[in-house]
Amino acid sequence: MSDDLHAAVAAGVLGSEEQFRSLLQSIVDVARAIFRAKASSILLLDEEADELVFEAAADESSEALIGKRFPSSTGIAGFVLVSRQPLVIDDVLADPRFSKETAESTGFIPKGLMAVPLLHEERALGVLEVLDRPQDAKFTLAEMELLGLFANQAAIALDLLQRARLAQSALEGEGDLGVVARVAASLERLREDEDGSREAALRLLAELEKLL
Amino acid sequence: MTEEELPAWSLPAEAVERIALPEEWPGEVSRDWAWGGAAGAGARVCVLDSGIEAGHPLVGDVQESVAISVEGDEVIVEERDTEGDLCGHGTACAGLIRSLAPECELASVRVLGAGYSGSGAVLLEGLRWAIEQGYDVINMSLSTTKQKFAGLLHELADSAYFRRTMLVASAHNMPVESYPWRFSSVISVGSHEGADPFEYFYNPAPPVEFFARGVDVEVAWNGGGRLVCTGNSFATPHIAGIAALVLSKHPELTPFQLKSVLYLTATNVGGGA
Repeated sequence: MSDDLHAAVAAGVLGSEEQFRSLLQSIVDVARAIFRAKASSILLLDEEADELVFEAAADESSEALIGKRFPSSTGIAGFVLVSRQPLVIDDVLADPRFSKETAESTGFIPKGLMAVPLLHEERALGVLEVLDRPQDAKFTLAEMELLGLFANQAAIALDLLQRARLAQSALEGEGDLGVVARVAASLERLREDEDGSREAALRLLAELEKLL
Repeated sequence: MTEEELPAWSLPAEAVERIALPEEWPGEVSRDWAWGGAAGAGARVCVLDSGIEAGHPLVGDVQESVAISVEGDEVIVEERDTEGDLCGHGTACAGLIRSLAPECELASVRVLGAGYSGSGAVLLEGLRWAIEQGYDVINMSLSTTKQKFAGLLHELADSAYFRRTMLVASAHNMPVESYPWRFSSVISVGSHEGADPFEYFYNPAPPVEFFARGVDVEVAWNGGGRLVCTGNSFATPHIAGIAALVLSKHPELTPFQLKSVLYLTATNVGGGA
């Protein structure tokens, strides 16, 4: 099945944008909690615009950042995305440019940050950032591993979100496949009805399948 | 049978003298033999990264700054890159190499900044350009997960190895397939938690071959600043710096020999005493 057709069929049965948004929100909330950090956020790569976009943030001050865009290959997040390497900065000793850049991209001036690429199969989907973990705790490689494991989970969620969006655009689209998406969506809704129209629709589709 | 000369990969009896090695190796290869008294002079080290901030107190002079970009099928080499460092990371790597090999030559080949979408192609072309320049050591903390680049990167890594350019690449510490660090023609580096810049371990269970200092490392950063950072990408320049020291004292070493010297002088092999 082509990607578009797959997306069209999936459109009716995948969860909504809101559901995936709450999954991302839960990921940044948990990231902030397990690292006892001040904030956490997820930036998604917009491949068409070649920019990173804030998708989720785990503290109120950063919520205003949602939707804000940044270059995809400069700065800390850009480096992490392009190099596929996680980066942990624990102590900002003396660097005005670092402070300015991160303040612009996080909403406040952190003393430290962890940034990890969100990799799914061959693709780099975005970056997870965790800001200001407690300074009293020395960073360990075990935490680095935890960060990597966590990023894996976030990458899967981001992949689902992107699929949902693709599916949504197929559903709303005027293209040839929009009808497939709309039929799939209708069948999904009929699930709740008791009047047998779902069964009737499925019988009709089975006949159509024979015809094809 | 063709009339071609015997290929270079056979060794007729009369040719044995031709491949005589210039230097006798000591009975025991020690750190003192490997780099004692050396400060990196003569070794040319390339940092393939986000650029380098020249003149940073922890970096000093940068002998060459080049930026690579790709437009369509065309590779553009900006031979006088004046952008500096677009992240800070390249400066961090350069500062670490400088701290270990203060007299080495440093070259910046910037492969970041032209956007994410073309970054795989830029990485490939940047590496190709760096190998053509014949640097002794290329430090690269970048990798790609794109399968379509794997074959070409592999060829490049092998050609570097045959041309006596040692590629030192950061291992990926996440469970994904990425390149070129996994190739056996490069030295791949992961982190240990120690604080000694000259402490490094050989790993008998590859693909990661060496572990060097990579946790809570004080590094140079943009704007003349300093940061304390963690990541395999900071372990890599430690091995690159030590490789520069060894090559400045023993410039005739091939990548195979250099790897062997690093093995013999590793903390868990012969360098711990």
